[in-house]
Amino acid sequence: MNLFEIAWRNVRFRSLASFLTTMSMALGVGLTVLVMSISGIINQSLQRNSNVGYNLIVGSKGSATQLVFNSVYYLSKPIENLKYSYFLEFLPGKERQEAYAALGGNLKDPERSGLYSMFTRNGFAIPICLGDYVGRFRAVATTPDFLNLLRHGEMNDQEYSFSEGRNFVEDSPEHGFFEAVLGAEVAREMELGVGDKIQASHGSSGDFVHEQSFTVVGVLKATGTPNDRAAFVNMEGFYLLEDHAAPERDEESGLEKKKSPDQASQLAPASDKKRLPIDKREVTAILLRSDFALNIEKQINKTPHAQAVSPIAEIGGLLQMYIEPVQWALLILTLLVCVVSAVSILVSIYNSMNERTRDIAVMRSLGASRDTVLAIILCESCLIAILGGLLGWIGGHALAALASPIIEGRTGVKISFFSIHYPNELWIIPGLIIVGVLAGLIPALVAYRTDVSKSL
Amino acid sequence: MLTVDRLRKSFPQPAGGRVLILDIPHFHMPAAEQLVLRGESGSGKTTLLQIISGISQPDEGSVTIDSIELSRLSEAARDRFRAAKIGFVFQTFNLLPAFTALENVRLGMTFGRGKYNLDRARELLHQVGLADRMHYRPSQLSVGQQQRVAVARALANQPRLLLADEPTANVDPGNQQRIIDLLREVCRRESVALLLVTHSDLVAQQFDRVERLERINIAPQLSAVTT
Repeated sequence: MNLFEIAWRNVRFRSLASFLTTMSMALGVGLTVLVMSISGIINQSLQRNSNVGYNLIVGSKGSATQLVFNSVYYLSKPIENLKYSYFLEFLPGKERQEAYAALGGNLKDPERSGLYSMFTRNGFAIPICLGDYVGRFRAVATTPDFLNLLRHGEMNDQEYSFSEGRNFVEDSPEHGFFEAVLGAEVAREMELGVGDKIQASHGSSGDFVHEQSFTVVGVLKATGTPNDRAAFVNMEGFYLLEDHAAPERDEESGLEKKKSPDQASQLAPASDKKRLPIDKREVTAILLRSDFALNIEKQINKTPHAQAVSPIAEIGGLLQMYIEPVQWALLILTLLVCVVSAVSILVSIYNSMNERTRDIAVMRSLGASRDTVLAIILCESCLIAILGGLLGWIGGHALAALASPIIEGRTGVKISFFSIHYPNELWIIPGLIIVGVLAGLIPALVAYRTDVSKSL
Repeated sequence: MLTVDRLRKSFPQPAGGRVLILDIPHFHMPAAEQLVLRGESGSGKTTLLQIISGISQPDEGSVTIDSIELSRLSEAARDRFRAAKIGFVFQTFNLLPAFTALENVRLGMTFGRGKYNLDRARELLHQVGLADRMHYRPSQLSVGQQQRVAVARALANQPRLLLADEPTANVDPGNQQRIIDLLREVCRRESVALLLVTHSDLVAQQFDRVERLERINIAPQLSAVTT
């Protein structure tokens, strides 16, 4: 019999006490694993979704965090809008002229290239307009480039693909400007598919629903990104919806001018195939892919009305400043639970030492050295710690795996039973052995010092 | 095989000072001999067994077994020596309750370092008539059966000397003789010297050699050999 076998027999013999201390350790470790998993999922979700194929977001001056939350995660309210003409500054001269020709309106110097176009030469600039909802989900008005050019996935190399249908086009013969593509979760939850009509509304409560509908022409496959929870509508159609044209502003104060009843009634029906002119258009944000992100970021941030934000840096900073301290606090709390569990092992084994003095003396009389009996007691506490730890680990991961569909739906992070989202989790096993040794040390020393001649 | 020379052992007293328990000028026991050690309660019989087995250390004198003087060994070496050369049978059997009969025998082998042999453990239990009780825990065995397991455990490492401390004191009269017969028979078969402590005249009468530890004045002394 090896020492572990002897220790195991002793653990089994004191089955109730061993069971209770094992469960106490399992609870502690289970909580730790859960906290680690949740922390890992939060980090992974934020970091993975901040890496979505563009390296800068340009928006109106204001909170950088709000801009990222709004543009990447479709959370929080949009900041102010940027003029469409500002967006055109990211396009080369030819595209800028084509846009002017197609849209009309008031554009200064339509002949020149966009001011920032040299920075996006090998990249792209995709505008998005936010503010409307489809059901409880965000409506993202954008160009077809959004789903054609952006990538997703761990390596950011997967194209958006469709479980049914296709990407929307700017102007289709069948539906004009009013095509839409739904994220996987939107389609699933709202039970929508290709051919269905959706109507955008102001606010998720649906206080004001636009009369003009969009026809669903595609449903995205699940990507595990916030885009699963978005309805993508053609920006050209979006601009034609009621109240979506940029309001007229007083030149001096910049305040919105009130519409006269006549003006309101003069709005052209949205079904007219007439695009909104440039000077009536605004965008919420511009998603940029640029090889010169640092340069362009600096230049844009010098200007008074726009800001450029790196989503990865912003999320990294957010994690470091707010989320990581909370995660550490939670982790320390759960580790304290483990310490309490370790103390319960100590108490349980220590209390048993009085009854076992004779057994230890017998083992010594059979030839067991002091070191051997010390090792047996340490093995017992390690066995309880490791067994409890394994049960806790299995329990924690089983809970996480059971919650997998909900977590995946909400965060896009796929988890399985064996997923380890927090690298420090791998320290649990050596940590448990240390806890076991520490918890067993005092009872083991009692065993070590047993006076055999008095105890027999 | 076993020689005790000028052995003295005293214990501290609560009021201070020490009381001498053992004072044995010389004692020798040849290999494979079977002898009985008798004496009043408090005469130091158990203390002597503990000193012979290396569990306790004498104040003076020496214990030599197979030419090895125990006092010259470190505590760890004495533990190893005890595991290899000495078997112990206790008055209260002292089987470990968490282990089955077979495991109790195997435990003796475990501490004997490298002499582990499952077949021998089974064979020993077979010899003591417990072939069908190998996987029973002590609590599932009768008193007589428990003492037989203790005998098998004591012999597990093929010791040179078996120390039995009143092995029949807690056994009913019917089982007493069976235990004694068993001890003597297996010791004879395995060529193991047997040093048996008993208060029973009936048991003592069966041995050729009986030594008596007398409580004389302040110290018990080993008296003359009785045959």
